[in-house]
Amino acid sequence: MKTIINYIKSLFLWELLKGLKLTGSYLFGKKITVQYPEEKTPMSPRFRGLHALRRYPNGEERCIACKLCEAVCPAACITIESEQRADGTRRTTRYDIDLFKCIYCGFCEESCPVDAIVETRIFEYHFEQRGDNIITKDKLLEIGDRNEKQIAADRATDARFR
Amino acid sequence: MNMLSTFWTTVPITLQIVIQILAIVLPLSLAVAYLTLAERKVIGYIQARIGPNRVGPRGWLQPIADGIKLLMKEVIIPSGASRALFIIGPILSLAPALIAWAVIPFDNTLVLADINAGLLYIMAVTSMGVYGVIIAGWASNSKYAFLGAMRCAAQIVSYEIAMGFALVGVLLAAGSLNLGDIVRAQTGSLAHWFWLPLLPLFLIYFIAGVAETNRAPFDVAEGESEIVAGFHVEYSGMTFAVFFLAEYANMILVSALAALMFLGGWLSPFQGIPLLQGLFAWVPGIVWLLLKISVLLFLFLWFRATFPRYRYDQIMRLGWKVFIPITIVWLLAVGVAVLYKLPWWFD
Amino acid sequence: MEHIIFYIFSAILVLSALMVITVRNPVHAALFLVLAFFTSAALWLLLEAEFLALTLVLVYVGAVMVLFLFVVMMLDINLTVLREGFASYLPVGALIATLILIEMALVVGSKNFGLDSVAAPVPHAAGYSNTQALGNVLYTVYVYPFEIAGVILLVAIIGAITLTLRRRPQAKYQDPSQQVLVRREDRVRIIKMPSEKKRGKT
Repeated sequence: MKTIINYIKSLFLWELLKGLKLTGSYLFGKKITVQYPEEKTPMSPRFRGLHALRRYPNGEERCIACKLCEAVCPAACITIESEQRADGTRRTTRYDIDLFKCIYCGFCEESCPVDAIVETRIFEYHFEQRGDNIITKDKLLEIGDRNEKQIAADRATDARFR
Repeated sequence: MNMLSTFWTTVPITLQIVIQILAIVLPLSLAVAYLTLAERKVIGYIQARIGPNRVGPRGWLQPIADGIKLLMKEVIIPSGASRALFIIGPILSLAPALIAWAVIPFDNTLVLADINAGLLYIMAVTSMGVYGVIIAGWASNSKYAFLGAMRCAAQIVSYEIAMGFALVGVLLAAGSLNLGDIVRAQTGSLAHWFWLPLLPLFLIYFIAGVAETNRAPFDVAEGESEIVAGFHVEYSGMTFAVFFLAEYANMILVSALAALMFLGGWLSPFQGIPLLQGLFAWVPGIVWLLLKISVLLFLFLWFRATFPRYRYDQIMRLGWKVFIPITIVWLLAVGVAVLYKLPWWFD
Repeated sequence: MEHIIFYIFSAILVLSALMVITVRNPVHAALFLVLAFFTSAALWLLLEAEFLALTLVLVYVGAVMVLFLFVVMMLDINLTVLREGFASYLPVGALIATLILIEMALVVGSKNFGLDSVAAPVPHAAGYSNTQALGNVLYTVYVYPFEIAGVILLVAIIGAITLTLRRRPQAKYQDPSQQVLVRREDRVRIIKMPSEKKRGKT
């Protein structure tokens, strides 16, 4: 009896009709497409986009050239050179990130003892020339200056969990 | 109107035919272009997306943009390829899909060539479509293309038999090979159409049609996940576009034939229903035909969005061990029904 | 007009038939044979034999030649090996060729054909259907030969299948008809069980 029912079911394409019914119901369902340039998905404060170097409120750069980020970077994309300044503090002379190598893992940000290197929410950027992919200290600081408000706010919301 | 018809008779006969051909082929090409858009939209909607909507208002210009893009692209001919055959391949796959339209009646009188062996002509012409694929696969000098061509040839030859048997059932029921007469034999009401007495043949014809056009779930000839893109891996630019056009033109052709032979062609679905029949009497027959074709085309797209690809040995089993026996049994049944003039359909 | 079309198609037919035997590549030869079939179908159409013409396209172009191409494409034919024995086969081949030529000349000489012996076909009226005429003759006058031919073909099919069908018990292969019979219930068992208890806060 069961085989007969199965036979009739397969003859009348029962299972195929069930499948068609399922996909057909989605035809009239709600569409979840996000129209990207006009609409954007919500973004986490932990978003890991383009890098930036931060400064203290008095304008002094935070980075002390401890090179922890350089050591922890799994893609080895950070290059740091440093020297002693006249006032006896150590500061970087060179802080390059090769964005082609970077995998945006956020380890540099986590390893930083002074919250100098951070990853921002910026993800829409491009390079027009060969060599632009290596982002220098000046550029990093400039990105930090430009987005300090957002960066600080993101760090503040996430501070509880660190 | 009168002046137009008198002017029409003064046009030389060759020119008349050329104009008629253009009147079929141009709307057909437009339909093919917009079928690609419809496919992307329908599949998008089924996958909870909204499909292309950027080029032109609501994405209406997308097919035109695609066409221009493909026209601009370089046609690459592989170094080991057989040059002449490489170019002939796509043409041979598009041509049958277009010339079959010569015998398709759009209305009681509106047909390019009202020949008595129309159904036979359709079978002969569609059976040539496989050459485009085989030649393309062989001329590409590529193993993936060749594998795709081999799969396609075996599949099309197998399903053509089931398809042919289904058509034999239709001509048995209608008693004619003329497509116009086949439609006229279905006059009466929705229940008089052949889909009801020939239901198994209708299903088999449509499924075999899906297989013949190499559409999902029978698209092993191009099966992206197995053999890259099958027979058209090496094709680019315009030559690829011609293959693309051929696939969609074939889809429209199969849908049109199914609509003519099983769904009453240009006949109104409200025929025989007292009130609605009068209400919809003003609708020209061609509109009903186009509506039926659109519904069947939608089924094609729906299938693609729903079913996973068949495995090759399962396709062969379905064709030879399921479809052909069912069609033969049903042919016997139809033969008996016609012989004893089964009331309602065959009296 | 009809003459022009006839000569165009005849020229294509003769040329493609010549190409079938002269081109080196067997695939090209098979494709020229397809062209020859197609043009001869067109010539039959000119003779108002549309049923035969369309059947020729359907059967030979659509099915037989596809399988033919299928086989030819798969073969890796080495032409130099084929040409090795050419000289030794030449006398026998030439003899057979001349024999066939003489036979054909005897049969299709101008004596048996031409307008004297065979009257020119009269063009039929517009309503004439070659398909219907053939069917009428085939199922009345020639019904027994037709049925016998059908039986012979059926026997040939069965014979070909029995010759090629061999079961090798040691070969392992999948049986798709068994596979598609599998239901979900045969493979998946849904077990109801209570969710795990929380073991207090950690």
